[in-house]
Parts: sequence; C-alpha cells; structure tokens
Amino acid sequence: MANLTSNFIGIKSPNPFWLASAPPTDKAYNVERAYEAGWGGVVWKTLGSEGPPIVNVSGPRYGAIWGADRRLLGLNNIELITDRPLQVNLDEIKMVKRKWRDRALVISLMVPCDEESWKDILARIEDTEADGVELNFGCPHGMAERGMGSAVGQVPEYIEMVTRWVKQYSRMPCIVKLTPNITSILPPAVAANRGGADAVSLINTIKSITNVDLDAFSPFPMIDGKGSHGGYCGPAVKPIALNMVAEIARHRETRGLPISGIGGVTTWRDAAEFMALGAGNVQVCTAAMTYGFKIVQEMISGLSEYLDAKDMALSDLIGRAVPNFVEWQDLNLNYVTKARIDPDLCISCGRCFAACEDTSHQAIAMSPDRVFTVKDEECVACNLCVDVCPVEQCITMVELPKGSVDPRTGRTVGDYANWTTHPNNPAVAAE
Amino acid sequence: MTQSPMTPGIAANRLSQAEMAANFADIAPRFDRHEAMVAADRCYFCHDAPCMTACPTSIDIPLFIRQIATGTPEAAAKTIFAQNIMGGMCARVCPTETLCEEVCVREVAEGKPVEIGRLQRFATDTLMDKGIHPFTRAAPSGKRVAVVGAGPAGLSCAHRLALHGHEVTVFERRPKPGGLNEYGIAAYKSADDFAAREVDWLLKIGGITIRPGALGSDISLAALEADHDAVFLGIGLGGVNALTIPGADLPHVRNAVDFIAELRQCDKSALPVGRDVVVIGGGMTAVDAAVQSKLLGAQTVTMVYRRTKDKMSASLYEQDHATAAGVKIIYGAAPKAITPAGVEFAYETGETFVLPADQVFKAIGQTLTLPPIAKDGAKLARRSGKVWAGGDCAAGGEDLTVTAVAQGRDAAEEINAVLVGAVG
Ligand SMILES: Cc1cc2nc3c(=O)[nH]c(=O)nc-3n(C[C@H](O)[C@H](O)[C@H](O)COP(=O)(O)OP(=O)(O)OC[C@H]3O[C@@H](n4cnc5c(N)ncnc54)[C@H](O)[C@@H]3O)c2cc1C
Ligand SMILES: Cc1cc2nc3c(=O)[nH]c(=O)nc-3n(C[C@H](O)[C@H](O)[C@H](O)COP(=O)(O)O)c2cc1C
Ligand code: SF4
Repeated sequence: MANLTSNFIGIKSPNPFWLASAPPTDKAYNVERAYEAGWGGVVWKTLGSEGPPIVNVSGPRYGAIWGADRRLLGLNNIELITDRPLQVNLDEIKMVKRKWRDRALVISLMVPCDEESWKDILARIEDTEADGVELNFGCPHGMAERGMGSAVGQVPEYIEMVTRWVKQYSRMPCIVKLTPNITSILPPAVAANRGGADAVSLINTIKSITNVDLDAFSPFPMIDGKGSHGGYCGPAVKPIALNMVAEIARHRETRGLPISGIGGVTTWRDAAEFMALGAGNVQVCTAAMTYGFKIVQEMISGLSEYLDAKDMALSDLIGRAVPNFVEWQDLNLNYVTKARIDPDLCISCGRCFAACEDTSHQAIAMSPDRVFTVKDEECVACNLCVDVCPVEQCITMVELPKGSVDPRTGRTVGDYANWTTHPNNPAVAAE
Repeated sequence: MTQSPMTPGIAANRLSQAEMAANFADIAPRFDRHEAMVAADRCYFCHDAPCMTACPTSIDIPLFIRQIATGTPEAAAKTIFAQNIMGGMCARVCPTETLCEEVCVREVAEGKPVEIGRLQRFATDTLMDKGIHPFTRAAPSGKRVAVVGAGPAGLSCAHRLALHGHEVTVFERRPKPGGLNEYGIAAYKSADDFAAREVDWLLKIGGITIRPGALGSDISLAALEADHDAVFLGIGLGGVNALTIPGADLPHVRNAVDFIAELRQCDKSALPVGRDVVVIGGGMTAVDAAVQSKLLGAQTVTMVYRRTKDKMSASLYEQDHATAAGVKIIYGAAPKAITPAGVEFAYETGETFVLPADQVFKAIGQTLTLPPIAKDGAKLARRSGKVWAGGDCAAGGEDLTVTAVAQGRDAAEEINAVLVGAVG
C-alpha cells in the first residue's frame, strides 16, 4: 500500500483527496461523516461576511445532463454561498478541527471587495485553528452580480489586490480559487501569484444552462416558470479543468505555484491525471454528491495500486506529465500511426465504419459478413474509430516503424521533425 | 467407444472423451475484460447496498465493482478477500440468485441483476493468477489453536487466526484439504482443480499446518483442548439420513454424496453410471447428482422429490439448470420400495408408479456425526468454553460454502479477542 500522505503548502492530510467547498462541506455533520469515510481534507462551504445570511431559492437548484443508463455526467447549480449564520459555522469549524487533527480543514471565504471586509473576516476565523483559507473568486451566479465571486476572479487586478490583503492580515496559507469563466486562465493565475498566494485551486463552476423545459419554455432549473444560468461541474468539465491546470503548471511565471486540481474528479484515475499535470492534490464535489462519501475508498485504493505498480512515490507523480504538455507546433509530424481492428475483440457493430465513412477519411472496409478492416492507404490516424468503438482496446493505433513507407502518402517515415521546420510552413519558406 | 447412453446397466465410458470434456468444462467461464467492464458499468453504487447485506460474508460489493470499473481488479480482489478469503470459490458456487443478486436493485427494477458473482470471479481470478496473496501475518502471538476439518469453515477460520499471528494446526481426516469444495461441489463449478489451487493460495499466509487425523478415532477433543489455547470444529456433516424402505440396501443404491466425491476425484470416463438413473431428494446434492449423471452419459435421469416445487431446497435456478441438462423432476412423490429393476413411488394422493432404474442415488439430507460438544438443536453450539464451531456442523445459517466461510472467520475473530484478552 503506497504512502498517500500529502503535504500541500504545509497543510498535511492522510491522502490528497479533499472535498471542495460546496454542499458536502456545508456543516459539521457532513464534514465529520466525510472524515469518517476517509477523506483527507475539506474546504468548508464558502463563508460570507457577518450579517443576515444570504438566501437560497426554495425551488430546484440543480440541472443535470446524463449519459447512457442515466449516469450523471454534468451538474449545474444555482446555489449561493453558505446560508447559515457565520458564528454557527465558525463554532462548528473549531469543534471539528479539534476533533480531527490529522485532517485538513480549509475555510473558503467570499466577502465584498474592500479591505475592511477582508480584514474583518480574517480576524474572525483566526480563532478556529483551521489550516488555511481559500478565496472564492469563482462562483459565477448570484454572488457575481453582487460584485463578488467570479466578478472578482475575472479582473486580475482585483485578485492580486485581495490576495495581498489576505496575506497581510492573516498568517494562514492562502489558496486562491479561480473561475474558468475567462478567456485565458493565465492572467488570473499570474495575479494570484503576484499577490502572494500560496496556491491556486481550480476550477470553480462554468456558466451554463443544462436544458430547457419545452412545455414551460424556461431554462432549467426552473423557479416558478423562470430559470437563470447556473454553474456547471462534474465529469463533463474535467477536460476544461485539466487544460487550465496544465497551462498554469507550465507557464513560466506560475511554474512551481502549487495547484489544487478541481473539476470532475470522480475516480482515482482522474485524480492521478490532475496530479500528473501539476496538481499537488485534488478537490471533489460532484462525484461525492452523486455517489456519496464512500467513493473516496476507491480513489485511495486505486491511486495506491497505481503508485505501487509504477514503483513511484506520490511526489514523483505530481507534475510528471507537465514537460510533455507542449504546443501543437512542437509535435512530431513524422510520427505515423494506423488504426488496427482486433478481429477477436470486434463485435461487428459497425460504428467505426459509420464514423470513418461518413465523417472522416473512408479508411475502413466492411465485408458482406461484417468484418471490418482498416485501409492503410486512406487512414490518417485521426483516432475517431477508437473513440466511438464500444469495446476498449479493440481498435488501437499502431506506430509505423521508422524507415517504412506510409501507404497513404508514399513517404518514408523519418526522424522527428515539427511544423517549425516543415516546407509547407510559410514562415520557413520565407527564410 | 464400446458403450453408449443406451448401454443397459451401470457402465463407464458412455460418452466420447471430447463430449465428456465439454460436459464438465467450466460452466460460467471467467468474464473477459470487455464483459467485466460492461457488467461493472451497470452497478449503481447503491447506498447501504442490499447486495452487501444479503452476502453472508458482507463483501463490500459496490466498492469492489467500482474498483473493477476503474481498472483496478486487484484492488477489487483485496476488497473481496478482506471479508471472504474464499471469495474465489464463492464466486463460482454461491447461489447468487438467492443471495446478493436476488436483492440487486436492478433485479427488482428490470429483472436483470448486476452479475455480481461473475464480477467477483473476474477480480479474484485476476489477483490469484498473479500468485499474489494480499495479506501478511501479524507477529507470532505464541498462541496455538487447533482446527478440526479443512473445509471452508475450518480454512477460513485458520486463515484469519494465522493473520492475527496465532499458530494453527488443522486436523483433516480425508487425504486432501478443501472439504466439500474438493469432494462435493459440482465439478463444472470448480473446474481446473480450482479447489486445490485455492487452498494452496490460502495457505500462503503462513502459520498454518495441515495434519492428517480424525477427531474421535486418532485424536480426542480433550487432548486438543489440553494442547491448545482454543479449538475450532468445522467438521461438516459426516453422515447421511437413512432411507428406510425395502430394497434401500441393494447394490445399485448409493449415497449421492459418495458418488459425487468419487466423481470429483476420478477420471470421469472411468466412472460407471446407470442408463436409467433415479435420484431421491430435492436439495443441491440431489440436483448435482442428477445433472452430473446426465453429463456422464446416463440416458434418463429422474429426480423425485417428496414435496411440492416451492418447498424444494434447490433454488428455482438450480431446478431450471437440472431440467435444461435433461433431468426430469417429479414433485410430490415419496419412495416406497426399490427393486433391482426400478423404484416404486407413491403420490400424496395415493397413486403409485414405478420408474425403471439401473442406479439409484439417495440424497435426502446429511446429518451431523460425532457431536463432541454442546448441541444447539440438531447441530453444534457455536461456542462452548474454549471450543468453537462453524459451518455445516454448527447452528445458524444455511448450509452453504459462503456461510461456512463467514462462521469460520467470525469464530476466528472471537477466538482472537479471547486470546489477546480483550474479552472472556
Ligand atoms: C453435493 C453438494 C453440492 C453442494 N453445492 C453447493 C453449492 O453449489 N454452493 C454452495 O454454496 N454450497 C454447496 N454445498 C454446500 C457446501 O458444500 C457446504 O455448506 C460447505 O462445504 C460447508 O463447509 P464446512 O467447512 O462446514 O464443511 P465441509 O465442507 O463438509 O468440510 C468439513 C471437513 O471436515 C473434515 N472432517 C469431518 N469430520 C472430521 C473429523 N472427525 N476429523 C477430522 N476431520 C473431519 C471433512 O473431511 C471435511 O474436509 C454443496 C454440498 C454438497 C454436499
Ligand atoms: C451545489 C454547489 C455549490 C457550490 N458551492 C461552492 C461554494 O460555496 N464555494 C466554492 O468555492 N465552490 C462552490 N462550488 C464549486 C465546487 O467547489 C467545485 O469547484 C466545482 O463543483 C467543480 O468540481 P466538481 O466537478 O468535482 O464538482 C459549488 C458546487 C456545487 C455543485
Ligand atoms: S435531495 Fe431531494 S429530499 Fe433531499 S433536500 Fe434535495 S430535494 Fe429534498
């Protein structure tokens, strides 16, 4: 059993699996049950300023999209930050942290964008003995309209300014949670870094409408005949989150800035992928909301098996794929592969044929008795057939050895060469 | 081939080698990866899952299926073995249709459960084929425990005790360990010598010695108690209920369990079987004797049960399995007399009929022999003083492999608690 102990910006936890700030971490009852189930840490549901608590809708707050067999793939919510009194939360946080010393407990915060508000809230949480703070600059609905959440996260100057205040008025490690509702994740990440953030966490949810009620003609979730945009999360957002994490991990100014990876983490494999692309730990929300706290057991066993099989320590995994995350122009244009269909695994559904014949390169042949074979002289190796095949490993991509001839182009497979030196590149021709 | 299914009397070699091999091949071969993925994908990861409650060993089924789905069958196997060290055999022999799969929410909703048993086999086979034994023994405790009987109950108990660091000696009266896994279970459920391979794998924990010896003749309970800190009895049911009708002792009448034990150990083509076989009884043993007679090449096999279909202890699934194999089942008829040519039965309503029979198997239930400790009803008490009992010989639960494993494990935990002084 691999050692999964995690040290993220000085915050220790028995494993790198934390619950993200959201309903699973809304109160002591949830958090204690999460710890009992094995979660390494939690980021408490975002706290706001002292005063009358915010109010949530009392109709549906979630919309969803599903895959086959009604598997939840994406969730959208219009929930706001905590709607419980500040002092109740603070008392519970203190009690829970005292009881669970070995687990991480970070407090998420969102208060108006002025120095006094931040100074005040930081003073009030000091006494809880929490391990750190996470600044929620990400929530895209409800709070943004009030000048908080993603309204701050979309303006790098604000991010930097608030982060500075937090570092000035608090001794706690500070994680800045970023919104994906921007054109590039780099300016917000750079701003957090300049403001002195100890880490960034991402992503928060993505502005979305999941579906429309075609009888009431309203977006869903529908509140009395009307809907507003919500924040999207769950497995569907993972690719977006992975890319943003990786961009920060390799960017020259933010390289080395610790990252807490969030967005669609559902299995050990998702977590390992985030970590390979630079995340020091991961946070989970939708998967816990879909399957309950127990899923962490699979994450723990899976990551442990993987590290043991690879004979790697957890720290070896973090960032291991970052050097291989390059720009398109750096890809080897002399790397040639061809699709191969394993006749023993093929169940003859013909989906690869439909995909290739109708929408790709007409590179799959179908015999009258439904045997499917790849025509190497047509195959551009796009991988679409692999992706639509219902049987894992049935269609694979086989590399053509160097020196062999690609039947499609008639060219010999050569050494590494990329676009920057390719004769078709106008920039090369100009020289 | 000189013999055929038509050859009268009791004869060997009724089928060709190829037919025989096909008949006794693995009845539900291991899922390949694709099948396992598709099957695992159907699990909903239910909260407080009904399947888990229905499993006598309480395997965390949703967790292990999720571990398969996420590409870690080895982790899935560890989840299984942590609760049930014979998870490999149970995956093959458990009547899942009356246990976990019966209560699967998808069985209730769609009439098609998640195939838990076959997924369990996929996971356990994956780890066992790698030769990995996923547990390590605790430091030696200096305590010695005797286990009598190397069946599922005894071996499960021995493994758990060894895990806790105790020194275990298992006394077994038969030449091979495994109990009914080795001598009872239908051959096609435990193909490729799985029972023996599983025992070898289980013993890798270390700290367990199997010694020949029969309690009652070679060794006495008093001596075991004197030499050990605790004793566990997992002796199964050694006796069979007597059939007291005229002709019951004729040479062509045999105990089904003896026939099955012989079948499990011999070259199947060499095993003689009747042309017209009659099996008396309605349990799993009766089904197995009937089906395997058919597979050996008997021409007609009839199972006769004295009560109604719904009272039969073999599940509906097992009954269907028998009829699909070509066994005819007659319900509500009791045997009256056996002659060299056939068996006479009488329905409850009084009508009688005679079935021709070259061979007759009695499968009317097994009984406890040699009850050396306090009894609880017809069976042994689960504990009396420093002697524990579990499995078929002990009170409580159904007579199933999985129940034996659960009771052996639980007894080991109790013994451990007593030996380390946690409880009295
Ligand atoms: C024909 C048949 C088919 C079955 N099919 C299934 C099935 O498909 N699925 C299922 O779940 N269950 C099945 N069962 C039931 C299952 O096999 C038993 O419930 C299970 O084996 C009980 O385990 P045990 O360890 O209690 O006893 P056993 O398996 O009977 O083991 C007892 C062991 O103790 C030894 N022993 C007995 N007396 C002494 C003594 N005095 N000294 C030393 N050693 C002794 C025996 O030799 C034996 O090795 C079947 C049973 C039979 C008979
Ligand atoms: C109902 C709901 C409420 C949320 N509330 C908060 C919040 O209060 N503060 C916050 O920082 N993020 C909040 N989030 C965002 C999550 O913490 C997380 O960033 C996002 O859901 C992506 O992770 P996931 O794909 O694992 O769900 C919320 C998400 C959901 C679904
Ligand atoms: S999960 Fe269902 S029952 Fe629970 S609060 Fe939400 S709507 Fe109500």
